Order: sequence, then structure tokens, then C-alpha cells
Amino acid sequence: MNDKLYNILLFVAALIMPVVCGGVVYALVTDAYEAFEHFGFFKFLTSSEWSYTEGSEQYGALPFITGTLMTTLLALIFCIPFSLPVALFVGEYFKGTRIAAILSTVTDLLAGIPSIIYGLWGFYTLRPLIMALNISPQGSGILTASLVLAIMIVPYAASLSAEFIKMVPNDLKEGAYSLGATRAEVIRKVVFPVAGSGIFSSYILAIGRALGETMTVTMLIGNTNNIPDSITSTGNSMASIIANQFGEADDLRLSSLIAIGLILFMITAFINMIGKIMIKRARIA
Amino acid sequence: MDKLKIRNRLAKDKALKWGVCLLAALTAIPLFAILGEVFWRGYDQLSWSFLTEPTPTAYKAMKAIEAGEPIPGGIANGIIGTMLMLGMAAVVAVPIGILCGAFLAENPKNRFAQTVSYLTDLLQGTPSVIIGIVVYIWVVVPMKGYSAIAGSVALFVMMLPLIIRSTEETLKILPASLKEAGLALGGNRARVMLKVQLPAAFGGIFTGILLAISRVIGETAPLMFTALGCSFIRFAVDKPISAVPLLIWEFFNDPNLQELIWGASLFLLLFVLTLNLTAKYLAKRWNQ
Repeated sequence: MNDKLYNILLFVAALIMPVVCGGVVYALVTDAYEAFEHFGFFKFLTSSEWSYTEGSEQYGALPFITGTLMTTLLALIFCIPFSLPVALFVGEYFKGTRIAAILSTVTDLLAGIPSIIYGLWGFYTLRPLIMALNISPQGSGILTASLVLAIMIVPYAASLSAEFIKMVPNDLKEGAYSLGATRAEVIRKVVFPVAGSGIFSSYILAIGRALGETMTVTMLIGNTNNIPDSITSTGNSMASIIANQFGEADDLRLSSLIAIGLILFMITAFINMIGKIMIKRARIA
Repeated sequence: MDKLKIRNRLAKDKALKWGVCLLAALTAIPLFAILGEVFWRGYDQLSWSFLTEPTPTAYKAMKAIEAGEPIPGGIANGIIGTMLMLGMAAVVAVPIGILCGAFLAENPKNRFAQTVSYLTDLLQGTPSVIIGIVVYIWVVVPMKGYSAIAGSVALFVMMLPLIIRSTEETLKILPASLKEAGLALGGNRARVMLKVQLPAAFGGIFTGILLAISRVIGETAPLMFTALGCSFIRFAVDKPISAVPLLIWEFFNDPNLQELIWGASLFLLLFVLTLNLTAKYLAKRWNQ
């Protein structure tokens, strides 16, 4: 095979990505169009009605956008106090040692557990615990879903942050040590400022993962179509309303669900793009 | 005064260190809690018949529960469905993914390659439930029904970016001298790629494929809208078919079948974690 043919072959193979991604966007936009046309784009985004009584069907995405944002934000808050220590443990305190390798294997395995099994664990272990502690009567809800979601995103945030913490140049740290700084001070005054943008971007990517997580949230959020009024109340996320109702929906409801899918797609694409750009910058710096 | 200050700083240093160790150790708990629960509740269900018999009907399961017997049947329909769909997806995704990854590695500065690279990130970050919707629109609607083909298209779309990335990254870290030596010996680029670069990168690419499989094998949401599920063993590609994660979801929703959740979960978990650990081990050996 000569070089020209080889180049063409590779080029044709690479065309698969524009074709698939174009196909994804095209399919979502054309099938979501009916809902947007019927309700109006902004009305759809801001309406909190979700009723499928024949004749007076009314669909709006606001409860699910709220549910997604609440679970994601809470998951992020719960995740930081664990992922940051893991990153420091692996990337600074025990850098390159066996125990650090063991901890990163543990977090890798956590990342490998399928989300439906996280959902089962949340449902059969965490939910009864939450009921027993009298936090919420039904056990499922935003809080339960966020707690499990937090465990699921710890590995992503931790492994990427650790990578940036590892890259902090030794001479900078040694400089601070020679001035008499303790390790805690080195971490606060040298490691965090240097690795900060990288660590930040790893949390952005973790958010990107949490936004679209489906099965765990579906099994734990309680599946009610109202705007959640507190963190212990039930709700639905964008992904979980799709998982719950897509199979039984048709016509306008199907189109509305696809529209929610399109909005979710746009949000995750945007968040991931920002995260990737920041990571690229942090790697060069 | 100074002494007190220093003591204070040292105490803070120690507190941070122990805090980090404690919280990092706590992070390992969920892994063992989940593994423990699934093993504990699932190990006595795993048996030969569990792996070779299809799912019982809810009626049969109810009868068995009433009689106080263990629920008959197993998850063979799911195992076969998973294997069939994964196989079909991998047969297409592996060659295309490797070629596409090779394209990215060979043309790092090219405008089109950068677009492809960006789109790979985009697809990799797309929530799997959206892939499910899209494949429903692509395949299920025109074929007028759920099918194993639709399920495997969904798995294909999810595997593709993972394979592209791992191929690209592995090829990029090969020493340039390897390729140059091949070219200097008179091989053209295709020959050097096929006979020198790909064999040298085999370990990394293979690891990437294993990880891609382990990533998509537990996916549930996209299969709900494409493969749907089926309660008996079937090899037809144009009909609805089951998969192990779909069965877990079915068992979860059917009070009569709840006993079967843990055996199926244990099977899935063992499979995924073995793949993961194997991949990690191979990657380590390959790096040496």
C-alpha cells in the first residue's frame, strides 16, 4: 500500500467522528423540534408543568434542570473533602510509594463499578440508613442520590488532581522548605497555587460526569416531577426523567424528553469543553 | 512566644497530614462496602444453573417463593445478549478506532485531526442515556422495533472514543526513532505502521480495548431504549435481546424476582473488576 492510499484510508476512518457526532446532534435537534415549536424554547426551559393528561399536555424542563443542578452541586460539595485528600495522599505525601499505588488502584476500581450497582447499594444500604437517621421519611431523594453520586465522581476528580499535584516542580517545594516552611505550608503556599488551575479543571470534568449520570440517580432520587424544595425532598434529574419515561412516551412527550436530552447534551458538552481547555492550559503552564 | 508559634505551626502540619491520611482511607470504604454487600448477598446464588438457564417468569418465581424454594433459572439470556452485542460492537469499533487513532497520531498538527480529536472528547463526555436516545432515533425507529443491532450500535458509539484515545496516546509515546528506523529501512508509512508501530503499541491498545469493554459492559440506560430485554435465550440480531445490566434493572423493578438481583450483580461486578485489574496489570507490564 503506498503512502497516498494509506493517508486516504486513515482519513476515511477519521471521518467516522464527524459523522457520528453530526448524527447525534442532527437526531436530537430534529426530534426535539416538535416540543420546542409547541411550547417555545424559553417557555420549555422555564415551565415547571409536567402533565400528560390527554388534551392538555404540558411539558417543561425546569424541575429536571433544577434536580440535575442540585444533585450535581451537592455531589461536588460532598466529593471535595475526600477527593482532595486522596489527591494529596497519592500526589504529595506518599508520591511514588506502594501505598499510594494501592490507593489509586482502589479509586480506579471505584470508577469501574457500573452505575446500576451503585444504585443498588444506595437503595439497599444507604436509603435505609437515611430513613433510620430520620433525615427523610422516604429515604430516597436529592440528598441520597447526591451522596452516591459523590462517591462515583471521587475517582475522576482525585486521579486527575493527583496528576497535577505530582507535576509541581520539586525545586519550588525545596525552596520553601529551605526557608523553614512546614509541609502543610508548602502545600498551601506552593502546591495549591501551582497546581490550582489543574485541580480546578479536574473538578469541572467531575461535574461533567455527574450531570449525565443516569441509573444511580434514577434509582435514588424518588422520581417526582416537581421542583425539589429542599435537599431531602424527592425530584427527578434530566437523565432520570428520560430513563423513567422514555420507554412509555410517544408524540409530544417523547419529543419533550428528547428536548431535555438535547439540553443535557449541550450542558455537558459545554462543561466538558471548558474543562478540557483549562486542562490543556494547566498542562502547558 | 516564638516557641509557641513554631509549636502551633508544627501542630497544624501534623493535623493536615493525619487529616489527609484519615480522609483518604475513608474513601476506600465505599469500595469494600459495595464489594462486601454484593458478595455477601450474591455468592450463594451463583451456580452453574444460574449461568446457563434463562430468567424465570414472574409467575414461576412467585410459585417458588410461595413453596419456600430458591427461584429457578438464571441469567443466561442476559449473558448471551451482552456477549453478542459486545462482540458485534467490538468487531466494528476496534478496527475503526485503531485507524482513527492512528490518523490522530500521524497528523497531530492537522486542522481536521484537531477537530476529530475535539469531537472524540465530546462523544466520550456525552452521557450514555443520550447515546441511548440517539440510537433509538437512528436504529429503533427505522427498523420499527427494538433489536440487538440497536443495542450494539449504542455500545459501539460508547466504545469508539475510548479506543481512539488509547490508540492515539499509545502511538504517540512510542519513540520517534522506531518509526524513523522503519522508514530508513525502506518501508513505506503503511508498512511501518503495520509491522513496526502497531506491534510495538499492541500492549497499550489491547489494554485500551479491555478498559473500553469494561466501561460499556455495565451500561444500562442506553440498552433500555435499544435492546429492551427479552426473557429467553435468543441469537437473532433483529429482535429485542437481554443483557446482564438490563436483567438487574428488571429484577430491581419486579418484586417477585428481587432475589436474583445479587447473583446477577455479583457476576457483572466480578467480570468488570477482573477486566479492569487485568488491563491495569497488562499496562504496568507493558510499561516496563
